[in-house]
Amino acid sequence: MSAQLLLVQSLNGLQFGVLLFLVAAGLTLVFGVMDFINLAHGVQYMLGAYLGATFAAWAGGFWWGLLLALPTTLAIGLALEWLVFRHLYDRDHLSQVLATFGVILVLNQGVRAIWGTAPLQMPLPEALSGGIALMPGLLYPVYRLAILAAGVLLAGLLWFLVEHTRTGALVRAGASNAPMVAALGVDIRRLFTVVFAFGAMLAGFAGVMAAPILSVEPGMGDSLLILAFVVIVIGGIGSVRGALMSALLVGLIETLGKSLMPDLMRLFLDPSAARQAGAALASMLVYIAMAAILAVRPQGLFPARAG
Amino acid sequence: MGGIGRRGVLLGGAATTGALAAPVVRGQRAAGVKIGLVAVLTGPQAALGTHLRDGFLLGLKHLENRLGGLPAEVVVIDDELRPEVAVQKVRAALERDKVDFVVGVVFSNILAAVMRPVTEANTFLISTNAGPSTFAGRGCNPFFFTTSYNNDQVHSVMGQAAQDEGHRRVFLMTPNYQAGRDAIAGFKSRFRGEVVDEVYAPLDTRDFSAELARIAAAKPDALFTFMPGGLGVTLVRQYRQAGLANIPFLSTFTVDEATLPAQQDAALGFFSAAPWAPNMDNPQNKRFVADFEAAYNYVPASYAAQSYDAANLLDSAVRRVNGNLSDKNALREAIRAADFRSVRGTFRFGTNHYPVQDMWLCRVARRPDGRFQTETVRRVLEANADPYGAECRMRVA
Repeated sequence: MSAQLLLVQSLNGLQFGVLLFLVAAGLTLVFGVMDFINLAHGVQYMLGAYLGATFAAWAGGFWWGLLLALPTTLAIGLALEWLVFRHLYDRDHLSQVLATFGVILVLNQGVRAIWGTAPLQMPLPEALSGGIALMPGLLYPVYRLAILAAGVLLAGLLWFLVEHTRTGALVRAGASNAPMVAALGVDIRRLFTVVFAFGAMLAGFAGVMAAPILSVEPGMGDSLLILAFVVIVIGGIGSVRGALMSALLVGLIETLGKSLMPDLMRLFLDPSAARQAGAALASMLVYIAMAAILAVRPQGLFPARAG
Repeated sequence: MGGIGRRGVLLGGAATTGALAAPVVRGQRAAGVKIGLVAVLTGPQAALGTHLRDGFLLGLKHLENRLGGLPAEVVVIDDELRPEVAVQKVRAALERDKVDFVVGVVFSNILAAVMRPVTEANTFLISTNAGPSTFAGRGCNPFFFTTSYNNDQVHSVMGQAAQDEGHRRVFLMTPNYQAGRDAIAGFKSRFRGEVVDEVYAPLDTRDFSAELARIAAAKPDALFTFMPGGLGVTLVRQYRQAGLANIPFLSTFTVDEATLPAQQDAALGFFSAAPWAPNMDNPQNKRFVADFEAAYNYVPASYAAQSYDAANLLDSAVRRVNGNLSDKNALREAIRAADFRSVRGTFRFGTNHYPVQDMWLCRVARRPDGRFQTETVRRVLEANADPYGAECRMRVA
C-alpha cells in the first residue's frame, strides 16, 4: 500500500467520521441530557436526505435543497418531540426503545408511501462537483472535502454553543443533574425540546450532505444509527467533544480496516481465504475496538460527568 | 393436496395477515385459476418486488384477467424478504386460499424457503426471478419452473464478454455474502485473464470510497461487480465521481431499470448482462414496454419482463390442458411446452425447467424521452443452457 493510498483512505475515514459525528452529536445530547434513548434519530438523517433531494429537484439545485431541508427537519424534530417523545421522558428505557422503534417503522414506511421504494438521487452542487487528483487515476471529489470542512466547522460551532453560551451551560448542567437544574427554576422541558430539535436538525444536515454521494433510500439511517450509538458509547455519553473524537476514530477504524485487513490477513492465509476473512474481520473491527475501550474506560473516552 | 391436514393445525391467525385475499367461500371451488404472487414489497429492496408484481399484473391485464380461458384471481403476498414470513404466508395461500400456482419471488433465500411447502403440496412454483443453482442440478424439482435464468449464467456471460473484449486484468468486487461469492465464481468460469484483486464489501456498505481507492491503485483493464439494489446506486455514482468511469464497468444486477432512475447519467455507458432488455425488437416486447410505461409510469426491468412472460406461460399451459388443473402430469407437460410468445423473442425450457436462452451484453443508454434503460449491445451466448442441467434427474412421482 502506497503512502498516497493511505492518505486517501485516511481522508475517506475522516469524512465518514464527520458524517457520523453529525448524527451522533444530537444523539449524545438527547441521551446525555434527557436520559432518553432515541432509536428514531437515524430516521431524521434519512428524512434530511429525502427532503434535501426533493427540495433540490423542486427548487432547482443543491443549495436550495439544503436551505429548505434544514428548517423542515427542525420542524419535524419539534413535531415528533411534541407528539411522541415528550410523553416518554418519565418512562423506563424499554418503553422508550419500543416507542422510538415504532417511530422508525412508521416513518420508514411513510417515506416509502410518499417517495416510493426506488432510491432517489440528489445533484451535486455545481461549485463543488470537481475532483482533485490526490493519487494517479483517482479523483478525490471536492464535495467530500467540503463535507469534511462543514463537519469540522459545525463541531467548532457546537463546541462554542455548549461551552460558551448560557444555553450550553444549562445543557451541560442538565446532563449532569437534571432535577437540580429544574429545581433552580429552569424550564427543563423547554430545554429538552430545544436540544432535541437541534439534534434532529444536525442529523438532517448530515442526511442532506450525504445525499449526493450515497443512495437516498428507505432505511438508510438504520445502519448509521448503530455506528452512532457505538460512537457515543466510546466517546462518553453526553459529551460533544467525546462524540467528535470517537466519531473520527470510528470512521478511521472502519475505513482503514476495510482497506488494510485483507492485506494484513494475507500474511497468514492464502489469498482467497484472506480476502474473505479480512472482509469479515474488518466489519467487526469497530465493535472489537469498542469492547477494548470500554474494558479500559467504562465511562467512555471523554465522559460528560467528570468526577 | 397431500400434507395439508397435517400442517393446517400449525397455522396461526398471524400467518394470514399479509395476504390480500377476499375470503374464500368454503366448499365451493369456483371454475377459475388462483395465483399466489410472491414479491418483496416492503424494505429496501421493495422496488424489485414492485417491478415483479406490476409485470405479472400487466400480463394478466393483456389476457383480460383470464388464464387459458378461466377467470384468474391473484393473491399478492409480500414476503418482506424474510424467509419465515414468506413460508407462513405461502402456506396460508396454499391451504386457506387454495391457490393453483405460486408465482414470483425476487430473492433466492425466499425461494429456498418456500420451495418445499409449495412443491410438497403438489402445486407448481414458477419463479420469475430467483434462479439459484441449488434447484438447477441435483435439486431440480418436477413442480418447479423458472422464467428467469440461472444466476451463474448471468455472471458467466460477463466473464465471457470480458474475455471477448480482450480485457486482460480485471478487478472483482462483490458484497460479502453467498451470492457475491457465486458471482465471482460465475465470472471466473469463463474469464481466462488475470484477476488483479477480489474485494468483498460488507452488505451494508454505504460508502465505497475505500474500495474505489484500491481500484484506482490497481489500475485494472476493467471492473467486474455485482451490487444489487441500493448498493449499486451508491457504487455507480461514487465510481463516476471518483473519475474511474474510463475503466469499463462490467456488472450484473447493478445497473438495470430498477436502479437507473436514481443512477441516471452516472451509469451511462456501463455494462450489464441479461436475457432481456427493454429495446428488444419484437412485437410482443414493444407492446409490453409501451403498455407497462403507460400503466405504471416507469421503465420495466427484467423482473417485470420475466413475470409478464410467466403470466403468458400460465395462460398457454392452462389452455393446453383445457382448464383441467387436477392432472398434474398433463399440466407439467403443458408448462414445459412453453407455447407462448416471450418478450425475449424465443423461449424454451431445458430438462431442469430453467430457460435455455440467448444471453446479451447490455449497455445503459439515455432514450430520446430522457429516461434511462439498458440496451442490447450483442449476443454473447446463444441458446445457452445452464451448466447444472446435466445433473438434474427429474423424478415424477
